[in-house]
Amino acid sequence: MGLLDAKVSNRNVLVTSVDNVMNWARLSSLWPMGFGLACCAIEMMATNASNYDLERFGIFPRSSPRQSDLMIVAGTVTMKMAERVVTLYEQMPEPRYVLSMGSCSNCGGPYWDHGYHVLKGVDRVIPVDVYVPGCPPRPEALIGGLMKIQELIRMEGLGISREEALKKLAEKSVDAQQVLDQTRKAAIA
Amino acid sequence: MSPAVLESKAAYDIIKERFGDAVSEFDANPTMPFFEVLDASRWVDIALYMRDNSLLQFNYLACLSGMDYPEEEKLGIVCNLECIGKYTHKLAVKVKCQRDGGSIPSVSCVWHTANWHEREAYDMYGMVFEDHPDLRRILCPEDWTGYPLRKDYKVQETYHGIKVPY
Repeated sequence: MGLLDAKVSNRNVLVTSVDNVMNWARLSSLWPMGFGLACCAIEMMATNASNYDLERFGIFPRSSPRQSDLMIVAGTVTMKMAERVVTLYEQMPEPRYVLSMGSCSNCGGPYWDHGYHVLKGVDRVIPVDVYVPGCPPRPEALIGGLMKIQELIRMEGLGISREEALKKLAEKSVDAQQVLDQTRKAAIA
Repeated sequence: MSPAVLESKAAYDIIKERFGDAVSEFDANPTMPFFEVLDASRWVDIALYMRDNSLLQFNYLACLSGMDYPEEEKLGIVCNLECIGKYTHKLAVKVKCQRDGGSIPSVSCVWHTANWHEREAYDMYGMVFEDHPDLRRILCPEDWTGYPLRKDYKVQETYHGIKVPY
């Protein structure tokens, strides 16, 4: 929590940067565009349901692209649907983020070779910020991806572009295998 | 022949008696006994007869699928017909047409289910169904090139500027 690190004086005055407040506000009320394409959408709905409770992050699907800042591409993007996805993306105001959820949306999934009708990765038509692997990914994985988007938003700011923010994030990256090993060790101990 | 196939054979015999050379011999396939319509122009008559004859009553078109026979230079359909209610017999009917520019009479006026199924067969194989009320592509986009389930199908390189193959 960026704001909680800021110094609060005894007269309820909060000293922080504009970037900090703006980013905190943006990342705490992400409104994903509410649409699903295939089986991954079921998993996305489960994530939005009470059991996983995305609203604790302020993430709540919005039915209009004009008020959404995040697009979750959940499922198989067919050639027929690709243009509609692009239209939706273009209707979203900036700054906007795209999360590609599941193998189909990432790279065509099981249709990568023989599926003449499937777009081999949604990044062929719109820029993707975060890829969530899996077929379909579990809600935990999607939440992980959403938190990655939040991290990206936190890195951005006035005068700091998305590219620079991504570079900053890359510096902070951790080796997945290392995390797995640590978790396993902790589980055994 | 199993009792189920014998039942289908009995139904076939009634059709054969009425239409003679327009239909082929009976194939006692144990999973799905079938016959072929040799004279495709009589397909609608045969379909109506199969539906309306009180001894046949094939009132349910369970499935209509397309087929490609490149070695015969032909396209075709396979209709899985059943009776719901009085009888339990089942029959598959095959109808073929020329691979290039061929057409098969539509049976969407006989079984309404055929409407969408024939559109699908047209979309995937490219045969024309004569007198179909609404013969448009159903799965692929309207401006898609080629018929994806033909055995010699090659996917197009781009669609509206989007690269298609991997």
